[in-house]
Amino acid sequence: MSSQEIPEENLPSAQDADQPHGSVAVKDDPFADPGLPPHEHRVQDIDERAAKRSERVIAFLFTLSMLATVAFIASFVTIKADQSVYIWPIGHISALNFALGMTLGVALFCIGAGAVHWARTLMSDVEVADDRHAISAEPEVKAKVLADFKQGAKESQFGRRKLIRNTLFGAVAMVPLSGIVLLRDLGPLPEDKLRHTAWKKGKLLVNMNTNEPLRPSDIVVGSLTFAKPEGVEETDEDFQQVMGKAALMLVRIQPENIKDKQELEWAHEGVVAYSKVCTHVGCPISLYEQQTHHVLCPCHQSTFDLSDGARVIFGPAGHALPQLRIGVNGEGYLQALGDFAEPVGPAFWERG
Amino acid sequence: MSTTTTNDASSREKAPAGERVADWADGRLGIYSLAKANMRKIFPDHWSFMLGEICLYSFIIIILTGVYLTLFFHPSMNEVEYHGSYVPLQGQLMSEAFNSTMHISFDVRGGLLIRQIHHWAALIFLAGMFVHMMRVFFTGAFRKPREVNWLFGFLLFVLGMFTGFTGYSLPDDLLSGTGVRFMEGAVLSVPIVGTYLSFFLFGGEFPGGDFVARFYSVHILLLPGIMLGLVVGHLILVFYHKHTQFAGPGKTNNNVVGMPLLPVYMAKAGGFFFLVFGVIAAVAAIASINPIWAIGPYRIDQVSTGAQPDWYMGFSEGLIRFMPGWEINLWGHTLVLGVFIPLIIFPLVLVAIAVYPFIESWVTGDKREHHILDRPRNVPTRTAFGAAWISWYFVLLVGGGNDLWATHFHLSINAITWFVRIGFFIVPVLVFVATKRICLGLQRRDKDKVLHGRESGLIKRLPHGEFIEVHEPLGSDALHTLTAHEQYAPLEIGPTVDENGVERKVSGTEKLRAKLSEGMYGEESQIPKPTVEEYKEITSGHGHH
Repeated sequence: MSSQEIPEENLPSAQDADQPHGSVAVKDDPFADPGLPPHEHRVQDIDERAAKRSERVIAFLFTLSMLATVAFIASFVTIKADQSVYIWPIGHISALNFALGMTLGVALFCIGAGAVHWARTLMSDVEVADDRHAISAEPEVKAKVLADFKQGAKESQFGRRKLIRNTLFGAVAMVPLSGIVLLRDLGPLPEDKLRHTAWKKGKLLVNMNTNEPLRPSDIVVGSLTFAKPEGVEETDEDFQQVMGKAALMLVRIQPENIKDKQELEWAHEGVVAYSKVCTHVGCPISLYEQQTHHVLCPCHQSTFDLSDGARVIFGPAGHALPQLRIGVNGEGYLQALGDFAEPVGPAFWERG
Repeated sequence: MSTTTTNDASSREKAPAGERVADWADGRLGIYSLAKANMRKIFPDHWSFMLGEICLYSFIIIILTGVYLTLFFHPSMNEVEYHGSYVPLQGQLMSEAFNSTMHISFDVRGGLLIRQIHHWAALIFLAGMFVHMMRVFFTGAFRKPREVNWLFGFLLFVLGMFTGFTGYSLPDDLLSGTGVRFMEGAVLSVPIVGTYLSFFLFGGEFPGGDFVARFYSVHILLLPGIMLGLVVGHLILVFYHKHTQFAGPGKTNNNVVGMPLLPVYMAKAGGFFFLVFGVIAAVAAIASINPIWAIGPYRIDQVSTGAQPDWYMGFSEGLIRFMPGWEINLWGHTLVLGVFIPLIIFPLVLVAIAVYPFIESWVTGDKREHHILDRPRNVPTRTAFGAAWISWYFVLLVGGGNDLWATHFHLSINAITWFVRIGFFIVPVLVFVATKRICLGLQRRDKDKVLHGRESGLIKRLPHGEFIEVHEPLGSDALHTLTAHEQYAPLEIGPTVDENGVERKVSGTEKLRAKLSEGMYGEESQIPKPTVEEYKEITSGHGHH
């Protein structure tokens, strides 16, 4: 493009001729504010054909948005919810989700891109200075407000009639108590609910996976078995609350490798039963290292040594996992010999 | 009528429809006065001013998509058997909350997209607020008159975290259920009332059948309601205070230089909403987030490895992971310090950054309004404090993901945990010192540039053989910009004994204030900016230096 075709009055020199801009730096102070720099013209300000090009780009973006919306509706109608599509490098993903998301994305993005391009290339980009005004009120305004307030306060007789004032304070202070009292029935009192679990003497240990009662021979060296008390079913209404305390894990350790005396006593032929609920904040422990008999809570990495009374050897847990005393009944099934001796799960104020 | 002239007739014609609507509204709402002040309001331009916009727009997107999700979500913990179209979970028991989320994800067309937009927008909202807050912090935009707006923003960030937490707990999936269990454990650790709080929160023993419905009303009504109010207040104050700007030619503390709301920022900011929305929609199209079908419904006796909260909760996860398991048992009671201390530090980490503006204004005693932003290098102590805080936050994030760091980088989880335990105290200090030194270095460079000019890269050989690099003097714009910042002088207490030998009482807080002031604005903490005399002395020597 040659500049000959651009009308004379469009050229920067002509446009700026009548525009004053304070750009005289103070001679004495080289650091003084030189004032707003002169406006630099964009090509669109000078060349109408460039402006037209911008206009076409913007219109194209808006049109693309319209087409994308049409494509969105078409995708919604034609693509089945269970169809999948291969998108490199992501792999197979839901075709409907991909199509809807991309078309919606393009439809929205193009409106934004068009608007921003419009603002940047065609709307005036002359910088303007606007004055600021102090946020604080003028002294007269302040004086007037204070006087008004004094007048109002005086007319209310709030300060003079202390009886009214004090009883009002009392009433307003007390009325929220009703709201607090109303919250009482959000839940029952804890009582000793956290101290007891569904285990008691004679309860069989039932395999979590097979739903069959466990025999000592089912617990093999190197495996971690999860158990629940007999009579507890997944379909029970209180299943989650019951298992939150009763979840049990079983491992077999050679009796000579058990370092803790009580642990050995409470075990049955090397089969030890511990609460599965982490004593830190209650995650179910599920990682077992068979060589060392360490179990690890996957949530916060508390590590317990099952061969040594399940004491904490690493991590944020504060005390050992409670052990369940077990034995076998007449038919050779594993059974509990009582409830846990201490509360299971995270510690709490009344735990003691 | 017939006596009126043609001219009069035209003036008595009806105004255009738009104007008549505006007149109607003005007569009732006074919109002309409102528009007079705001329609051509000037906003300055800088890329960092967009960060807050991202937050605003993602907040709007979250509300829009959230309303859609409520049309399909059932906030109930009743157990149902799954019969939807996702084969692997068919026949499984799950709560209605999980079931309806599966329904949204697989059987409502576009439901998955809206769910993913909602969740992605939430992550971006929190990330945006974090970065926006840092922008405001490092440029000193929190100074008078904007302290209240800083607190509004801080509250939005904190409430956003809890809205996010209650939100991702709603589907009642295995991952989020584990997070809620963690929260229960944390509540239980509170001395004296913890057990009661937990029972009231969950309607009995965990998990009970109530928390999804309770979290739901908190997530969709209580918290967003407060946040909406705060957002509106935040924006009103932005308009009222007028936007801050960086120093530069023509920009003073008493003006605001930029372009008008109508049309430029109408188009730019309005357009930016669509850009943000479009990008989030595209991300939701290709990147799955919280795939609850792969995680499964919540079962209290199950857990997955690598369990992580959403990123903004990560630092609290770090606190709980690196804390040693201290417990004190006395008189039949247990003080669970191993959990309770992290629970106390959690808000303190956030409060540390929230109160800084007030500490700074107390130390400086500056009561003036500040509308010109600081360059971070020009306020080394503040910048170092902010950087130290960020490093602190990130050390905790590393702690929160210690298992992922261990598995992805083949590191020992014990070593990472110990790194976090020590780094929690050491890293912020190191970062503080390093950042301050970097700031001072940059200040020296600025000073050098002002006094000696810009390195031109031209090497000149002088007649006697010496090589020198030609320095180009800066223009008046750059000279002004680099010297426009103010420098505080450290606060002096003065002699504690007056001329008569009578001791003057200096309070402890006053001494502390003087000490802090010395630390922030003393010789060690800022490079005196070049003076006009220095400049003239050097430049009058015709470039010899």
